[in-house]
Amino acid sequence: MIKLENIRKSYTTGFNTLEVLKGIDLEILEGEFVSIMGSSGSGKSTLLNILGILDAYDQGNYYLGDILVKNLSQTQAARLRNQHLGFVFQSFNLLAFKSAWENVALPLYYQKIPRAERRERALKYLDRVGLLDWADHLPTQLSGGQQQRVAIARSLITQPRMILADEPTGALDSVTSHEIIKLFKEVNEEGITVVLVTHEHDIAEMTNRTIFLKDGLIDLE
Amino acid sequence: MFDLDNWQEIFDTIRRHKLRTFLTALSVWWGIFMLVVLLGSGSGLRNSFEHNFRDDALNSIWVYRGQTSISYQGLPAGRYLQFSNDDYDMLRNEVEGIDKLTGRYYLTGEYVVNYQDKSLSFDVRTVHPDHLFLENTLMTEGRFINDKDIREIRKVCVLGDLIVEDLFEEGADPVGEYVQVKGVEYQVVGVFTDEGGENERRRIYLPITTAQRIDSGTERIHQLMFTVSDPTLEGSKKVEEQVRQHMASLHQFDPKDDQALYINNNLQEYQQFQTVFNMIDGFLWFVGIGSIIAGVIGVSNIMLIVVKERTREIGVRKALGATPRSIIGMILLESVFLTGMAGYIGLLSGFGVVYGINALMKANDVELEFFYNPEVSFGAVIIALIILVVCGALAGLIPALQAAKVQPIEAMKQ
Ligand SMILES: Nc1ncnc2c1ncn2[C@@H]1O[C@H](COP(=O)(O)OP(=O)(O)OP(=O)(O)O)[C@@H](O)[C@H]1O
Ligand SMILES: [Mg+2]
Repeated sequence: MIKLENIRKSYTTGFNTLEVLKGIDLEILEGEFVSIMGSSGSGKSTLLNILGILDAYDQGNYYLGDILVKNLSQTQAARLRNQHLGFVFQSFNLLAFKSAWENVALPLYYQKIPRAERRERALKYLDRVGLLDWADHLPTQLSGGQQQRVAIARSLITQPRMILADEPTGALDSVTSHEIIKLFKEVNEEGITVVLVTHEHDIAEMTNRTIFLKDGLIDLE
Repeated sequence: MFDLDNWQEIFDTIRRHKLRTFLTALSVWWGIFMLVVLLGSGSGLRNSFEHNFRDDALNSIWVYRGQTSISYQGLPAGRYLQFSNDDYDMLRNEVEGIDKLTGRYYLTGEYVVNYQDKSLSFDVRTVHPDHLFLENTLMTEGRFINDKDIREIRKVCVLGDLIVEDLFEEGADPVGEYVQVKGVEYQVVGVFTDEGGENERRRIYLPITTAQRIDSGTERIHQLMFTVSDPTLEGSKKVEEQVRQHMASLHQFDPKDDQALYINNNLQEYQQFQTVFNMIDGFLWFVGIGSIIAGVIGVSNIMLIVVKERTREIGVRKALGATPRSIIGMILLESVFLTGMAGYIGLLSGFGVVYGINALMKANDVELEFFYNPEVSFGAVIIALIILVVCGALAGLIPALQAAKVQPIEAMKQ
């Protein structure tokens, strides 16, 4: 489902050019549950951002299904993200002034789906992550674990092919982290591809496949 | 654009940033408020002027005697001109383009008017019948002086309605009654009113020939007034020039001698005033729009700051599928809504002030020389509204483009 061919990415700050990804070849199949590990600064987030079409790469090819993701306009990228991808962030990134269900429904807003239908679908996914009773609460009224569940519900609502999560448990205690990973596992068991970045071995062990990044290259699997 | 959700987003941001909403709204409100109040004052000024002009025919020309300043055909400079009935006949018969024509003969001294046991003094004006049209005199009863009065040198008079109030019992019909003016009895043939104010309504009109007869049969006239048939400035200048030429040959003065006659062309004066008022209006618009622009720049600045504050939120929205277009639309709509609302309230309060002052002045019968009936025209309001919407969009444009540039990876930053 995903194919990366010799992906390179460098950042230029001032006169220094920092090569972060030095030729990544990677294939992820439909329905895989993949974790990415590596030391800090090894390029995990950079790789995930490229997979998520949040950032552009310098060289190589990225195929999402049979779409070559390259030189897209902002609008095209936004459409692809909205239709095929779901995101879960370390810091949840819920909109503070919107209730839980409104946050969950936000991706549907950009699909121009009417409000009533958005609400109905959002409630379904909130129920799915066990937070139906919290639908009308603001993010600040929820615990970290609950916020991340809301974020997962939000990532699922468009029924994406792949969910990308950058250290989704980075801000949570270990008990809550395990609950969240369990939720990801359930999601994956329904056939959705899940790719997550983590620092924790026990979390990586719960995934089906772990990719180690080192110095901008895939070190071992 | 007009989806309920967009509005909800706007109300959310407005609620979250109460202070800045208030401040931006205030600056736009002030701009529009100032514009409306300035335009209202400008119209008050203009209307007061038109109000002062309203009892005189606009296309009229008044001719007064002067003193020659150039010697001409052996006649020395410094001669005083005198008008007589000949001048009236000459203007009537020889000058083309004159419509209504009247002379005035000034009676000197105090004019005590007696009716029964009452005795009061009033102004007397002695005129030809066409005077009716030159001063917009409005007959309320009877008739004005007519040609027969002039020809037969009748002892008739036309009274201002305030004189009637002063002299007659309430409800009494003055027409047909006799009043004494400086010892001579005149029959009242009509009563008039005049929009030119109370002084005009305390006048007595007599036939000019009757007045001349009283002053030992003189043929003199002191002043000539006429309207021109072609009410354009060119038309009236043409007639004015002809009058000067004819007068010059009748009285033997140099037609280039501008001291010999004083010619007061109301149309020209009116148009000069109009030019001045148009300039004042232009200036007021300039100042008003200046303050609107200041307000708009304020809105733009604050929106820019808000976009900075919302960078992460915008990044998240983009990650979730917001297109640059939808982000631009969101910021623009917010800006237009904010300026539009604040401006609309400014418009209403500006109107409130202008018409409030107007109503207060009317209610208390305040008559100021330079301020009358302030109002704001419908056209000006439409323009102000268009300015508002355009300014709102302009104010939002830079912040919106800034917002559109926010990258979705912003969402990923810790
Ligand atoms: N926008 C940027 N501009 C310049 N340098 C960047 C930028 N983003 C990342 N980098 C650099 O690229 C390298 C890789 O960053 P990346 O965020 O991918 O690392 P990571 O593996 O996710 O690390 P961590 O575990 O700390 O999150 C780092 O050295 C980082 O400083
Ligand atoms: Mg990272």
